[in-house]
Amino acid sequence: MNRFLPLVILLVLALFLGLGLRKDPSIVPSPLINQPAPSFELPELRDVNKTVTKETSLGTPYLLNVWATWCANCRVEHPVLMQIANDGRIPIVGLNYKDDRPAALQWLTDYGDPYRDIAYDESGRVSIDFGVYGAPETFLIDSEGNVRHKVIGPISVELWQETLLPMLAEL
Amino acid sequence: MSAELGQFAVILALVLALVQATLPLIGTFNGNTRFMRVAHSTAWGQFIFLSLAIACLAHAMLSNDFSVRYVANTSSIALPEIYKITAIWGGHEGALLLWTFIFSIWCVAVSTFSKSIPLDMTARVLAVMGMVAVGFLLFMLLTSSPFERLAIVPADGNDLNPLLQDPGMIIHPPMLYVGYSGFSVAFAFAIAALLSGRFDAAWARWSRPWTTVAWIFLTLGISLGSWWAYHELGWGGWWFWDPVENASFMPWLAGTALIHSLAVAEKRGSFKSWTILLAISAFSLSLLGTFLVRSGVLTSVHAFANDPARGLFILVFLSLFIGGSLALFAWRAPGINRGSHFELASKETALLLNNLFLAALTAIVLFGTLAPLIYDALNLGKISVGFPWFNLMFVFITPLMFVLMGLGPLIQWKKQTGAELFSRVKWLALGSILLAVACATPLFTPAWSWLTGLGTGLVAWITSTSIKALIEHTSKRKTLGFWQDFSGRSRSFYGMLVAHLGMAMLILGVTYVSIYDMEKDVSIRPGETYSLNDYSFRFDDIRELTGPNYTSYMAEFELYKNNKLIGNLSPEKRVYNIQTMPMTEASVNTGLMRDVYVSLGEPLGDGAWAVRLYYKPMVRWIWLGSIFMALGGLLSVTDRRYRQKARHTSTSNEAVISQAS
Repeated sequence: MNRFLPLVILLVLALFLGLGLRKDPSIVPSPLINQPAPSFELPELRDVNKTVTKETSLGTPYLLNVWATWCANCRVEHPVLMQIANDGRIPIVGLNYKDDRPAALQWLTDYGDPYRDIAYDESGRVSIDFGVYGAPETFLIDSEGNVRHKVIGPISVELWQETLLPMLAEL
Repeated sequence: MSAELGQFAVILALVLALVQATLPLIGTFNGNTRFMRVAHSTAWGQFIFLSLAIACLAHAMLSNDFSVRYVANTSSIALPEIYKITAIWGGHEGALLLWTFIFSIWCVAVSTFSKSIPLDMTARVLAVMGMVAVGFLLFMLLTSSPFERLAIVPADGNDLNPLLQDPGMIIHPPMLYVGYSGFSVAFAFAIAALLSGRFDAAWARWSRPWTTVAWIFLTLGISLGSWWAYHELGWGGWWFWDPVENASFMPWLAGTALIHSLAVAEKRGSFKSWTILLAISAFSLSLLGTFLVRSGVLTSVHAFANDPARGLFILVFLSLFIGGSLALFAWRAPGINRGSHFELASKETALLLNNLFLAALTAIVLFGTLAPLIYDALNLGKISVGFPWFNLMFVFITPLMFVLMGLGPLIQWKKQTGAELFSRVKWLALGSILLAVACATPLFTPAWSWLTGLGTGLVAWITSTSIKALIEHTSKRKTLGFWQDFSGRSRSFYGMLVAHLGMAMLILGVTYVSIYDMEKDVSIRPGETYSLNDYSFRFDDIRELTGPNYTSYMAEFELYKNNKLIGNLSPEKRVYNIQTMPMTEASVNTGLMRDVYVSLGEPLGDGAWAVRLYYKPMVRWIWLGSIFMALGGLLSVTDRRYRQKARHTSTSNEAVISQAS
């Protein structure tokens, strides 16, 4: 056995680990990036008589936020969404995912309502079209209805300031 | 105040570690015995200061001091006291503190039990351990101190992750850490040997008990983790090939190889450079495991707080440390003698093959764990290497290793004619093969299954050859009598047989539970009954409970076997108040030959509940086997030759060799 072999193996391994540090394994590329968002038509959560469609939001960029009351990380994310809503630079459209309507309404009363519209996706069909893995997930959609970015997991203040705001400025 | 005191204690421990890493080593170069002796005091000093740090953190936990960030993140007012204590290692920072504390216990142990070892050797070993301590203490102080204060004090903490609020989690992490950090002793002995250039049998004999003790703890730690996952995660699995599990499994595989090659190095003086390399690998893999778990380079169900800065620190530490060791190895390797000659059919060859198999398995696990990362780094896309791949690889390689494992105890050192060996085992081999074929046919099992045959045949082979080895051994020692023989130098031989039998039990459990387990998802209302195999489950009632920091639904099931009531099961669905995370507490009716298992799912409306029923044949044998393996290790370390005082003359070496069978 070559006595330098173990050292060489280690160096190669360290190189890959170093490269790996610069990648984030939780970024799963979405095939929808730069593609038109799937069209949908769902009842509005807060008002049963209204419907929310993809066309409702055409004309301005918006965030589509997938959330549910059973999702612990949505609780974590919620204050950040409130901040974004108060900031007023971009409207947030909610996609309430496999949830219970009374519970979802109670949540909005308890913690505040950052959403312009909320589509109530009880069966989860529309979320499947969007390729949702789990809640929370957030899509940045431009004024023509194309998906520009996807965030898996809760949005943090840093992510909003360092990623989403610059992207929004370019739209 | 306690947080500042704790932080200060850690800083003092770091200072002592720096002294321990340098002074004794300088002493060995210029022969200054006072410098060399310093290592003993610094080891004790570190232990005392780190105990103080642990005590400070415990005080902060128990007094609900949420001004400490770590306490606010991992505890809450309503958390039961026992979990406030375990919350000390329930998060990254505290786990690191526990690691360094356990490591200091190892240093003290080495300092205490090495009186019979030459002073310069002890000084080198403790100096190397001092370097490890410096690395970990710096890591803690620079990137992850558990004593950091918060500017704004929250009224209540975030609570301990509900998954960790479980008895299995109380002892699983400490066990693992004892194992991980224990491999550092074997590592330190290997580096000390490289530094001194002395690679005699005495070196191997000194490292052996330390390695075995670390291995015992790692074995128990891993199987506790598996047992915890089985009853806490609620999906009935006992091993998931998750990166974090793999991180603990790789050092175990390398450590197992190390134990075997140390036997050759001690008794025959062969395989020395290979043994040193294994000692370096076992500890390096422990460090790598720490890196993988803490840096967030891989996604895992055990999501710890991920922080690239931490990852970078460990990577640099790991590269310097392991790189330095391997460079030292490359430099010194030509000086290591090759040891005595041996024939192809000999115990040496068998153990060499055993080592190759274990090394191959380690490489497979390493590759499978890192493949997603490598693919991503090369921009080849995202992949995940899952269950089927690992299982396939293991089913291919391990049977060959187990065949060898049966032969191992029967082969003699140095020389053995193949024909003689064959005549001793031919009936056992034939019997095992026949049993394997019989078990594969639908005669004994519900359907054709060559895997059942393979597993059962291997178990029969290992068991029968172990018994044969025992009979041959005792008939040779007839004059001694069993107890005298057992209390003497044969104890490590018995230990080996017990550990091998433990492995056979594990194979049996794994085979049967993998092939014959059953599960059924049902929607069930109170009063209804469902059956699975011979068992029927009657759903009696469901009620709401309030725990100290959670609310739960507890279902009551009656379990019948062939219409006879054999027990009650009460699975729970808990929602923890603070983290609002639903948790499934499965309820298990355990038995030596099978477990029956209910876990409660979601309410489906109209009083119906989604419930999952499991039938897990022989699953207990997996953990029973692990306990036997650990027991075997325990027998080996209590062998008389490790209990005896200084014996590093060459005559006693030969005595050991002639004793070895």
